[in-house]
Amino acid sequence: MSQIDSTGRRGEAPRRNPGDRGESGGARAREAAPALAALGVSKRFGVVRALDDVTVAVRAGEVLALVGENGAGKSTLVRLFEGVYRPDQGTLAAGGVQHALRSPADAHALGIRVIHQEPDIIPDLSIAENLFLGDFRRIHGVFLDRADLARRTRSMLAEFGLENDLSPWTRAGDLSPAQRQLMEIMRALRRGLKVLALDEPTSSLTEDEAQRLFRVVRRLRDDGVGVIYISHRMREVRDLADRIAVLRDGRLVDERPTPKFPETEIVQAMVGRPIADLYERRARRPGEIALSVQGLTTKRVHDISFDVRSGEVVGLGGLMGAGRSELAEAIFGHDRALAGSVAVDGRPVRLRSPADAIAAGIGFAPEDRKSQALLLLRSVKDNISLAIPDLISRLNFVNDGDERRIAAALVDRLRIRTPSLDASVSNLSGGNQQKVVLGRWLARRPKVLILDEPTRGVDVGAKAEIYRLIAELAAEGIALLVISSEMPELLGLADRILVMAGGRVVAEMPREQASEERILSLAMADNLTKSTTAQ
Amino acid sequence: MTDLKMESVSNAADRPVRRAGLGGLIERVGTHNFSLLMALAALIAIFGSLRPDVFFLLRNILNIGQAIAILGILATAQTIVIISGGLDISVGAMVGLSTVCIALAVGWTGSPTLSILFGVAVGAIAGLVNGLIITVGRINAVIATLGTMAVFRGVAFIISNGQSISIFDPAFRFIGDGKILGVPVTILVLVIVVVIFFVLMRYTVTGRNIYAIGGNPVVARLAGLNVRAYQIGIYTLSGATAGLAGMLLAARTGSGQPISGSEGLELEAITAAVLGGCALTGGKGTIIGGLLGVLIIGILDNGLILTSVPTFFQMVAKGVLLIAAVIIAEQQARRYG
Repeated sequence: MSQIDSTGRRGEAPRRNPGDRGESGGARAREAAPALAALGVSKRFGVVRALDDVTVAVRAGEVLALVGENGAGKSTLVRLFEGVYRPDQGTLAAGGVQHALRSPADAHALGIRVIHQEPDIIPDLSIAENLFLGDFRRIHGVFLDRADLARRTRSMLAEFGLENDLSPWTRAGDLSPAQRQLMEIMRALRRGLKVLALDEPTSSLTEDEAQRLFRVVRRLRDDGVGVIYISHRMREVRDLADRIAVLRDGRLVDERPTPKFPETEIVQAMVGRPIADLYERRARRPGEIALSVQGLTTKRVHDISFDVRSGEVVGLGGLMGAGRSELAEAIFGHDRALAGSVAVDGRPVRLRSPADAIAAGIGFAPEDRKSQALLLLRSVKDNISLAIPDLISRLNFVNDGDERRIAAALVDRLRIRTPSLDASVSNLSGGNQQKVVLGRWLARRPKVLILDEPTRGVDVGAKAEIYRLIAELAAEGIALLVISSEMPELLGLADRILVMAGGRVVAEMPREQASEERILSLAMADNLTKSTTAQ
Repeated sequence: MTDLKMESVSNAADRPVRRAGLGGLIERVGTHNFSLLMALAALIAIFGSLRPDVFFLLRNILNIGQAIAILGILATAQTIVIISGGLDISVGAMVGLSTVCIALAVGWTGSPTLSILFGVAVGAIAGLVNGLIITVGRINAVIATLGTMAVFRGVAFIISNGQSISIFDPAFRFIGDGKILGVPVTILVLVIVVVIFFVLMRYTVTGRNIYAIGGNPVVARLAGLNVRAYQIGIYTLSGATAGLAGMLLAARTGSGQPISGSEGLELEAITAAVLGGCALTGGKGTIIGGLLGVLIIGILDNGLILTSVPTFFQMVAKGVLLIAAVIIAEQQARRYG
């Protein structure tokens, strides 16, 4: 906490030296009070502590970068600033005055704007109408003054150097992602913009588009706007930001001016935590190749090749959006393969649907339990037996006894805490729900099991049980492919780790050669640059 | 003042606890059917006390049964469609089309058996068309069946020349008015269909999978179910059932009618299914509930006639009933959602 107070509170931290970044200080004058500050804010969601006593501030005329792993609390913090969430503890202050931001409208009134990855636009209206919605001038109080609307829109487009590319009457739905973002920024600028937050703005932009966005951001900063910039891409962050704040597990762990914050130290701050002794590690002797993926390509993943041996746990690391879940869905036949092949125990699998993958002996516990794995209206028993109709029925009639015996055995083995087999699965805790999903696949005795974020939203106790179970399954000879965004989990579970970025596997390494820093830098080596660090 | 406030606060705190105590699927289905039975009992008590002379006569009870047979078949089929996450608005039109086809087939072949099979087959094919449009064409079920409703109705008019086609065949007269062991044939047909559907949804893997698909098609697909095949099958079944209902209607009226007698049946069937506890979002509902919904509609109709409520007011009563049912269903969904 202490190191934050010194920089965050009243702007007494040393001013950025204009010389060392090559940009003019511009209109960055008012340093008295930060444009926007969070003072000791905490936010919980159920048992998850999303933010824990975070104090951070952005001053007018500076770019503050927020970095951290997935789930570190960056987005939650932005949602507090945006008035979507309210802090459980702590306060927010804009321009030195405390404000309870109760809604996005409150935030907008204070000149705080957030540009999300997917900007909100009305696709069937024109750029002009989107920009000035709610502020149309009229002729004789009735008719829309289209000439005025076009004039105002053109002058805005001109400010961004887009007047030759776009007409005011272009349909907003026809804009590229980058143009939509710029349109959102223009809309924000219309009403006294003081603080602009950008949440992963470049994830869907090309290099040129990103550069144009950076120019806009720099100009806004020079005009005295406080900019909060969230990104996974180290080069962007270091290029653009005046200060960098690192969040980890909901806490602000370090914050420094960019020149004093080398990349290696940023990465260390992001991941540096002891790996708890959750992972039971036994010497494993992987057997034959159980799952073989060759050149698998879909719309979202490209030319993926790897093997998983029976009894082996292969971890799949990478950032959100790197294509890991998409790869899992492709192997499982949920997404259509455009090229490549998948084989189980040496036999090629024709993947037209998940049913084909299941028949070949593959099981898949998807990332989002509630929308992809569980029938929330049905019982624990029904959810477990969903994928084994052949084992619980004769001539299409369900054999209740068989079904109960199989479900009860799995509830026992996985220690699923449920009032009864007939209890609705929606009443179970996250950890027990996940075990129900695992039970569904274990009932099929799969050869290959793909687990996508198996411990997301699961409390620590259940986490340990799931880890032990994964080890057990490997010992029984199942080939496991585990996707995880939690570095310690990945390192603790996997015998071998594949790293994905941009829909491709960019690296493969045995666990002994893997480290959090190495995986993270490989995963963050974006398309803009081949990162040179941590090789 | 203070007391009042205190009480409301403590109530608010209590409620979630009670909800949790009521939770669990079996209890939920049980409570819904229980409230339907209560509603049924209330209707019987009201009309029974207003017309004790007629209401409880065996004749009247069989009357109610005959009156609801066609709707009962359609409503239980609609229940299955809604559980699967769909909706079939074209059933009334398919019934009309099938009566016309049956009447024409009687004229061509002279064989009641062949004619009935033909009528059911026409319904099944119409349902298959619905299923293909919805799955292969990826069109919302409401829109798709709204469109085919007009198409089927139009085809019925075209092939009948817009005329009623009379059926002179003793077999149809027997189906329409005859009895076996004192029970009207139409009621027997209803009972057979309901029993088959009940067993299908309650005791078979197919039924389980229909609930799964309606509950969440992505989950069902990722568990290895062929969601499209199920959907096509369900709409085909709905069509075939409409064909069977067409047989009953043709037998009752002694004719094939492109529109008369089958108009508006789809809305009544949906009303009954929703009344019976189906969630239009899918995954929830029971055949017994659907049947209870039909019984409530049938007894309401019968009672309103017996108590000489004018026809137009009967329509108002039915509309109010549907809205009340949806409000109750929504509240339950919110409470347990």
